[in-house]
Amino acid sequence: MSAPRPSAYLANAVRSGGRSAVEVLEESLAAIDAGDGEVHAFNLVMADEARAQAVAVDRTVANGEDPGPLAGVPVALKDNLCTRGVPTTCSSRILEGWRPPYDATVVTRLQRAGAVVVGKTNMDEFAMGSSTETSAFGPTRNPHHTGRVPGGSSGGSAAAVAAGFVPLALGSDTGGSIRQPAALCGVVGMKPTYGTVSRYGLVAFASSLDQIGPFAATVADAALLFDVIGGHDPADSTSLNRPTPRVLSVLDDGVAGLTVGVLAELLDGADPDVVARVRQAADALAAAGARVEEASVPEVVLGLSAYYLIAPGEASSNLARYDGVRYGLRRDAEDTVAMNTATRSAGFGAEVKRRIMLGTYVLSAGYMDAYYNQALRVRTRIIEGFDTAYRRCDVLLGPTAPTTAFALGAKTGDPLSMYLSDVCTIPSNLAGHPAISVPFGPGDDGLPVGVQLLGPSLSEGTLFKVAAVVEAAAPTLAPPRLSQEVRA
Amino acid sequence: MTTPERITRADVAHVANLARLELTDEELDLFTGQLAQVLEHAADVASLDLAGVKPTAHAMAVTNVLRPDEVRPCLDRDEVLGQAPSVEDHRFRVPRILGEAP
Repeated sequence: MSAPRPSAYLANAVRSGGRSAVEVLEESLAAIDAGDGEVHAFNLVMADEARAQAVAVDRTVANGEDPGPLAGVPVALKDNLCTRGVPTTCSSRILEGWRPPYDATVVTRLQRAGAVVVGKTNMDEFAMGSSTETSAFGPTRNPHHTGRVPGGSSGGSAAAVAAGFVPLALGSDTGGSIRQPAALCGVVGMKPTYGTVSRYGLVAFASSLDQIGPFAATVADAALLFDVIGGHDPADSTSLNRPTPRVLSVLDDGVAGLTVGVLAELLDGADPDVVARVRQAADALAAAGARVEEASVPEVVLGLSAYYLIAPGEASSNLARYDGVRYGLRRDAEDTVAMNTATRSAGFGAEVKRRIMLGTYVLSAGYMDAYYNQALRVRTRIIEGFDTAYRRCDVLLGPTAPTTAFALGAKTGDPLSMYLSDVCTIPSNLAGHPAISVPFGPGDDGLPVGVQLLGPSLSEGTLFKVAAVVEAAAPTLAPPRLSQEVRA
Repeated sequence: MTTPERITRADVAHVANLARLELTDEELDLFTGQLAQVLEHAADVASLDLAGVKPTAHAMAVTNVLRPDEVRPCLDRDEVLGQAPSVEDHRFRVPRILGEAP
């Protein structure tokens, strides 16, 4: 059985001249026009730029040339990916009106593959959040239930794919910001091995954790997008200069002979209906020929605490650049320090201020050893714990998030409870490892559940082929009502 | 490692100043409580005995990344300066820095 790949079919239809890129784009723009008033997945729809790109793709086909593996496929970008001359806001007032003077490497690679960039998606401000509610431009709503959050921080990208506005989108994942919204919106989302996708042109949050990755409706489409964006980039000094796993070609290889460990620590604290779906996915993998066993990495329970010391520490340093001097907002004052302070106080929202202050505190004299340096040692222990598990198991399986999508406003007054929704995804970021979330039917409330597959560094090929088997066994999830209306 | 003392309102005011953020009295109260809650959760990390464990700053450490020493185009100066709130003579303009007259 071959994994479903709607974007690949779309690209092949455009490449063969069966469909025009312009017609495909107009369908996407019409769907956005019809549904995004309700969802608010997009900060900006780039209709003019997208039409010019689509015309260029069709011209390439007419000239007998191949536009590439994503020919004419509409793609949405999280609004922390730089697009030359097009506003890139990170959903923050402090960058309002800024037009980057360069494209992110992933944007260049998409265009070289023939993709059509349709717009910039909403996110938690500077990717700090798990619900897309910290956006300065208002929340995104979950297409499956508009009273619920889409997850975050890449909630706009996840919702845009779930609503059927675009078949593909990019997000960034620092502590789960691709996988958690993918799970809550019922789409596929993947965080690659640190260093396999260039961060050049990704506005930095926590540089040792940030990684760009794909959203798609299916595992095979996520694989297609990963193959396009991955690979060494001299413009990112943390980019790995070694072969990036190619994943599309191994998708249908099956799981016979692989060992899957059900990760006990990720099940603890998850809702019973979510745990039941993880067990069901494990049974499906066993039925497909994998050896399934129980696994434990006790160190991962320290991940959440370590993350909320390390990520704010790095953020407090990275966000020092927003000083009102070179770009974005400026609030004038009598001297430069007062101008810096007035600009930052007016431009950042509450969550960003909280994290900057937390990071400044844990890096300050007297506290750095107790907090930040301890967290870095915990990071070592987590990596060692995973290494031990991966001597027995090829991949680990668990939930992506402990619950299905929660109500808008439910956690905005309590930062710690919001942070807890990242508990299952954070360990992979601390370890630099890849992980993928695959939709696996509805929970008791009818909303999407995501199961997560985790693997060691550069195990993307294995992760994707296991994900394809999980996808094939997934219980049916009703499509969002919104997207049915849009498609009708 | 022992757990540090609970973060105070004065600590929060101090780090806000270091981070060039101005907070209202209400914000100071709110953030002090919230930061204390997060740091209390982090006490499980702060109280561990991890002597002898090496810290990891980067999971996939890459060192000595060099490139050929070749002249290459950089960002366009006018395009970059065009994004600045205030520019004079091809330079970023800021308010006075020291005590001198503007």
